[in-house]
Amino acid sequence: MIVAEAKSLGKIKEMLASHKRVLVSGCNTCMAVCFAGGEKEAAVLAASLRMAFKIDGVDIEIKEMSVQRQCEKEFTEPLKGGAADFDAVLSLGCGAGVNALADMLTDTIVYPGVDTKFIGITESEGVWASRCSACGECILDQTAGICPINRCAKNILHGPCGGSQGGSCEISRDIPCVWQLIIDRMKRLGIMDKLGGIRPLKDWSAGLNPSKVTKDERDK
Amino acid sequence: MRTQYPTNLKVLKVPCSGRVDMVHILSAFEEGADGVVVAGCLEGECHYKDGNIKAKERVVKIKRRLVEIGLEAERLEMYNLSATMAASFVEMASEMTERVKGLGPNPLKDRV
Repeated sequence: MIVAEAKSLGKIKEMLASHKRVLVSGCNTCMAVCFAGGEKEAAVLAASLRMAFKIDGVDIEIKEMSVQRQCEKEFTEPLKGGAADFDAVLSLGCGAGVNALADMLTDTIVYPGVDTKFIGITESEGVWASRCSACGECILDQTAGICPINRCAKNILHGPCGGSQGGSCEISRDIPCVWQLIIDRMKRLGIMDKLGGIRPLKDWSAGLNPSKVTKDERDK
Repeated sequence: MRTQYPTNLKVLKVPCSGRVDMVHILSAFEEGADGVVVAGCLEGECHYKDGNIKAKERVVKIKRRLVEIGLEAERLEMYNLSATMAASFVEMASEMTERVKGLGPNPLKDRV
């Protein structure tokens, strides 16, 4: 899932202060799961903004309307009509959601209400961790399913650097050296031989933007 | 036991203080409440395991949000008391009433 964090109320107020009618739009998939911008967060933010602007004496109407997924037209269609009466939309979707709304709402300004952080996993209740950098060419088959591109500070691909100390990365003792994790797992699985080969240079262009994936009828 | 508590307090019943969400409290302030009290069960005695602990953490978070909004954090407080502690309930109601009187009316009320 995509993980994000809500922007501060102060920052959002700055963005919206010059508008008269703002629609806060939550996204009920990833953003709801990471408590950054689902329907509930949209309601809380809209109420907070209404009160904050009222106290500041700024006359601005703020309403909310959430959709299941801002990154798919099928779900964002209701927003088209919903946003018609507003001069700005505050999207609580991830960066992709903000872009999708900006594409659809050609004459309305769309602002981001969250900072999109990463593609990650839920480690425990309220804790998410980055696990994929969407590099475009997956090498997890060579690293026992643990990604050095995402989890190594240096993105190195051929084993740990000299900064790997006692299983931790040199940038923080709290961050495990991902190469230590990879090697421990490979040993456990009896596939250490996979590390021996010489690999061609990684094609970083595979993950460069702008990128698009297209599938025709036969691939679906 | 027959006791009286300040009549300005409106009681809203929820199954557990853990049910009280940020949006409920913000709505109360938005609609002009001068103060809000979350009354949960005694710590360690939650019928739903840890609803009152969750409520306590939520109240801390909402206080921070109130300050960001421009309201005083003191307008919101959490108390822990059991259903049999009438005297504590009266004490809580009186204490919050006095506190809120000291803070003055909710500034949003004039602008509603």
